[in-house]
Amino acid sequence: MTGKDKPLDVPLGLLDQRAYRNGPRLGLRALDAMMPMHLWVGPTGHILRAGPTFLKLAKGTTVRHRRLTEVLEFRRPNNVHLAKDLIALSGSAIQVQMRDAPRLLLKGIVVALQRKSGFLLNLSPGIRLADVLLEHELRAKDFAPSDLAVEMLYLSEAQTAVLDESRKLNARLQGAKLAAEEQAFTDTLTGLKNRRALEHILDRLSHDDRAREFGLMHVDLDFFKSINDTLGHAAGDRVLQNAARIFAEETRAGDVVARTGGDEFVVIVMDCADPKKLSRIAARIIERLEMPVQFDGQPCRISGSIGITLSHFYDRIDADQMCSDADAALYVSKKQGRARHTFHDPPKNLQ
Amino acid sequence: MVLRPNAVTGYVVHGLINTAIESFVIGQYGSEAWKQICQRARLGHDSFESMMMYEDADTLAVLDAAFVQLGRDRDSLLEDLGTWLVTSEATQPVRRLLRFGGETFPEFLHSLCELHDRARLAMPDMSVPVFSVREYTPNTFSIRAIWVLPGFGALVLGLLRAMADDFGALVVLSLCETPAEDGEIAVTISVDMLDSAFAEGRDFVLGARQ
Repeated sequence: MTGKDKPLDVPLGLLDQRAYRNGPRLGLRALDAMMPMHLWVGPTGHILRAGPTFLKLAKGTTVRHRRLTEVLEFRRPNNVHLAKDLIALSGSAIQVQMRDAPRLLLKGIVVALQRKSGFLLNLSPGIRLADVLLEHELRAKDFAPSDLAVEMLYLSEAQTAVLDESRKLNARLQGAKLAAEEQAFTDTLTGLKNRRALEHILDRLSHDDRAREFGLMHVDLDFFKSINDTLGHAAGDRVLQNAARIFAEETRAGDVVARTGGDEFVVIVMDCADPKKLSRIAARIIERLEMPVQFDGQPCRISGSIGITLSHFYDRIDADQMCSDADAALYVSKKQGRARHTFHDPPKNLQ
Repeated sequence: MVLRPNAVTGYVVHGLINTAIESFVIGQYGSEAWKQICQRARLGHDSFESMMMYEDADTLAVLDAAFVQLGRDRDSLLEDLGTWLVTSEATQPVRRLLRFGGETFPEFLHSLCELHDRARLAMPDMSVPVFSVREYTPNTFSIRAIWVLPGFGALVLGLLRAMADDFGALVVLSLCETPAEDGEIAVTISVDMLDSAFAEGRDFVLGARQ
């Protein structure tokens, strides 16, 4: 390298003039310090020297005096086989792979040296830095201080730590969200599902591709208002909680019981197309509702009226239509003297 | 170590500092002690979130309650907290991120000047004390730090002491705390390094996964 790029426009002292004429002569130690991952390749394509960090990456395999293309495989460009191919590449970016460690993908630059002294490759681990370090136990001093490799590692590690914290927070928030949703879908007095939850479930059933059969019951407690009026709200609450327990006990885990109003409940019996079975369930519910609950030594006597419809009565499940049909059947039960259940009239072909 | 000014309420504390205090107390004194500290501080909860921001009043109240509850004086407890940040398993990321500062203890000390910018790089909404470092001889340094938490000098002292151990350096540290402007507090810590390789330091490999 000689300083012939540009004529000197500033008068320099003799020493500086001579230095400039000679060009920057980089000693081997300076080379190691500034480019610890360099390879110096002779004009015939043999490696003359490797920087200390490159030697660490080679993990003890001999590098010196071997052909460059025996040690490294050129990935980009991939047509480098002979020393003369390097001449054309001088000054351009390269990507290479260590033949002994194919996972080690390095990027860098190759330049032709002056006075037929060969080529210089300066390499870097590129984006796979963290993996490279893990395998080769490199330290900060294995990089030139001007190299931002260590800063990149710092950043990636800091980011991982921060992401870990964020992930933990997200997990906790997700848990809290589920708990809040659970509460928002629950009737606090009875622990049953509330009207909102029921709407979600009916909506899901209406759009369920599996077209599950189910029976839908509207239950209204008879004489509940008089309990509230004569014995007070605490007695009323006790009656409601008792009724909730009966509904839960008379249905299976996969069925749905919701409190939809003051003394109104909806029971969905899943995977059921059998009116006889629903009839038995309804009769048992009414029978148990009629067993008096004791409150402050006073018996609270109620009963229940029920209206029932079944999903297979309908060509297409329409939750609103089913609810209003069950409601109409419930009205018939009330009109006929309460404490009974009534089915919605099925279409003629199903009767 | 994460406070940033807030025009309305004073300072907002990053949840990371609060959760560090929480983990420290639970680890050293048990969760019952932590619950009582939170009650004494009238927090209304007994668990901080590391990724949320809190009023500095919460942090100060927790620390005040901890001094009383644990029967410890302010400086010695905060110094223990600083040491714990470096040595505890729970806060290994802190130790590792500090170790990125350099290969030797003096290099680490010089890297403290960058701590503020480094922290910003990792978490833009976080600010840490601003450090400046002077080297008088290769073995004597003085470190100046500015922050807002009363008593934070002792915390920095404990942290530096633990980092010296981590590098295997034998040092004598002394602390001088002076109030600065706008409620900020400046501390000066003088560092006398008696031996840079007194003991074998803890290993630190770049890129090693925790």
